[in-house]
Amino acid sequence: MTSSSTTSSGTSLDQRISQVRECLDEHTRDIIAWHFDPKTGCPFWLDYAETMSFDPRKEVKAYDDLDKFDNFQDQWLREGDIRRWVPKGLAGKPIYVFETGGSTGRPKARINIEDFKIDYELFSGTLSDEAFPKGADWLMLGPSGPRRLRLAVEHLCQFREGICFSIDLDPRWVTKLIKSGRMTEMHEYKDHVINQGLTLLRAHENIQCIFTTPKLLEALCEKVSLKKLGIKGVFCGGTQLTAQFHRFAREELLEGAIEFVPTYGNTLMGLACHKPYVPEDNYSVIYYPPSPRAMIEVVDPDNTDRVVDYGETGRARLTTLTKEFFMPRFLERDEGVRHAPCGAFAWDGIGDVRPFSGFATPIVEGVY
Amino acid sequence: MLHIPALRLGQPYESMTKVEILHHATGEPVALVSQVNSGIIGRDRNLIADDVLENYSVAELLEMSRHAAELFMTASLPLGDTMQSFNDYVKQLSSTTGMPITYCRHNASKIYNVLSQIETVIRGLTRGFDLSILDVGHGKSAGGTLSFFRDGRVFGAVLPSNSPGVHSLWAPAIALKAPLMLKPGREEPWTPYRMIQAFIEAGVPKEAFGFYPTDHAGAGELLRQVDRSMLFGGSATTAPYKNDPRVEVHGPGFSKVLFGEDSVDDWEKHIDMIAASIAANGGRSCINASGVWTPRDGREIAEALAKKLSTIQALPADNADAQIAAFANANVAKQISAMIDNDLNIDGATDLAQACRSQERLVHLGRCAYLLPTIIHCDDRDHPLSNREFLFPFASVVECPVDQMPASIGPTLVATAITQDESFKKRLMACSHIDRLNIGAIPTYQLSWDQPHEGNLFEHLYRQRAFQVESAA
Repeated sequence: MTSSSTTSSGTSLDQRISQVRECLDEHTRDIIAWHFDPKTGCPFWLDYAETMSFDPRKEVKAYDDLDKFDNFQDQWLREGDIRRWVPKGLAGKPIYVFETGGSTGRPKARINIEDFKIDYELFSGTLSDEAFPKGADWLMLGPSGPRRLRLAVEHLCQFREGICFSIDLDPRWVTKLIKSGRMTEMHEYKDHVINQGLTLLRAHENIQCIFTTPKLLEALCEKVSLKKLGIKGVFCGGTQLTAQFHRFAREELLEGAIEFVPTYGNTLMGLACHKPYVPEDNYSVIYYPPSPRAMIEVVDPDNTDRVVDYGETGRARLTTLTKEFFMPRFLERDEGVRHAPCGAFAWDGIGDVRPFSGFATPIVEGVY
Repeated sequence: MLHIPALRLGQPYESMTKVEILHHATGEPVALVSQVNSGIIGRDRNLIADDVLENYSVAELLEMSRHAAELFMTASLPLGDTMQSFNDYVKQLSSTTGMPITYCRHNASKIYNVLSQIETVIRGLTRGFDLSILDVGHGKSAGGTLSFFRDGRVFGAVLPSNSPGVHSLWAPAIALKAPLMLKPGREEPWTPYRMIQAFIEAGVPKEAFGFYPTDHAGAGELLRQVDRSMLFGGSATTAPYKNDPRVEVHGPGFSKVLFGEDSVDDWEKHIDMIAASIAANGGRSCINASGVWTPRDGREIAEALAKKLSTIQALPADNADAQIAAFANANVAKQISAMIDNDLNIDGATDLAQACRSQERLVHLGRCAYLLPTIIHCDDRDHPLSNREFLFPFASVVECPVDQMPASIGPTLVATAITQDESFKKRLMACSHIDRLNIGAIPTYQLSWDQPHEGNLFEHLYRQRAFQVESAA
């Protein structure tokens, strides 16, 4: 489904979809050339290439050709030497390692050099200066430890000329408490986290922006009015975010006075932007990936090569295409509805994202 | 389609998240029920005025409760954007729960009885002191000073779908001045919503009511946010709260009929009463007997019960002769039946109902399933089936020497002891396993509302304090 609507530059959405696709195809060729060149690629993909039945540098000419790869296995990120993921072309650069939450077993680890900064600088361009003023300070009320978010939000804040205050939060401990039914202890820990945030908010008047998760936002707003504390913008993500929560946050928690920016992202892919809020979307939370650096397809869970039709629900399939990390066709633990390109996003989006219902054992979501 | 909103401080709230509830037999959608996110519960707990009912005397609230009883049974009351008659209510209740229409009416009459006799119920809970003491906070009773304060500022309940009669248990909270936050069962929003509307129509301020259809996390949040609560559910649901004094747990009842040595020879006289205790209300209540303990003749008693209950058939809910409820989810019935069969493979237990029936225990009728009454004879009182409870007429007949019975029966919500043996009676009176004790051939489901049932709501909500006033000079 496409649209003939035009932008201020006079380009129709159909034309932009076509342009973006060409850009994606070209980007895909560049990334394949980088990762499978013995001079620049990482040991993992160079070794893997020897087991493949085709030469990706010859046969991947467009993004769709990545279907020739098998689905990326998350197990590859849970074990083995982390240095096998460092591209030779980036040898000698300072390396970060970021881990996933660990709620589905041993955490997945991914190396990072500049990607998280680039992702969040691009994302910064989608934030309004009224709600997230340049020079305003931030509160990072989210996970600490080996998390991309911890540094990425701080970088976003610094990129916008602010100073970022943060707290201690171990989400793996929260998950353990929930799994073992120790809900009283879980709430005590949540209170401990919220109290750290409240102390910072009350001590630093220039904090005008917050990153937090849906559950921590609820808990924070039970204690204080963020409007009265002078908060102007809330950037929210980390766990499932429903249309009902979106409405509740805008209307009640943020009292209709604070900008609310939901996001969907993870250590492996980067950060997907939320389609700007318009009442016609009925609070649906629709995300668009940062093409061409990463893509999300919504696929049939029983035939993961098939992208479902617009409006249909399927499992999220991620592809990351940066010089630091190549991850083709990774089946995420989420499902959602496929959305058509729109406005600034001339590629597919995913809406109403929630944990994939096809797992035998439901995933435990903590505060993060 | 009919939409049932949440109620936030009495105001209807349409959520972006709605759950469709289906007709148990046809699978057709009956209503959409707005679901609240757990943050709404925390937010409303902060907004609710916990003294909203303090502007009324207990006498006024008792009168409103009595009026609500009449309205519940007769009036057209708001249901979302529509009005609901009593007959609509009964049909809707039966449609989503699978409960026979006749039982729906019977359960409604239980609620009517509690509300219309609310003063008797409250006096049973408060042991007869002058209720105006609750208006003033202190007063004289039996020559002494009494003073109470309400610790349960907001009362909550996480409610079940299996038996509408249980809603009579939270109803006295209004006369005791506690605002309510209720989470209905998924398939049974009907009864609590209608009771709330009856109270509002009778003059209770709507701000005293919260009605929050929600998920498992929301239920946990409700129990955490309110000061005092009731929780209904199976063992897995209630176990985390069993040591939490703020939560009154209503789990499986494991109610039983016990024979003494002196009366067991007359067991045939009591078969009708025992069969009714097992099967009344479709066998779905915690006050249904799920065990019969006897010093001897266990097999004969079990055979007689099996024969008596073998006449019960799987019939559609609108059939006037229907006595058991349908399982809207046929898989649940299948799993329960398979669980029983699996345990029967262990030596020491026999299903005696199977020989009396012309059908298997599990019966399919259209898209739903039924479980026919099942009577197990246990030679071994440690057998896995000797002390079980299911959502259909099921009982185990267990042989056990009378002197070992009080220590062996385990937690028992209602014990009906058929005996005149003073020594046995005395030991049962001292038995901490038993919550309600009936001496004589009293059906387990027969409750006297002038006495507390499974916890005392007044004591749950109020605390007594020492109180003195300086004498006027």
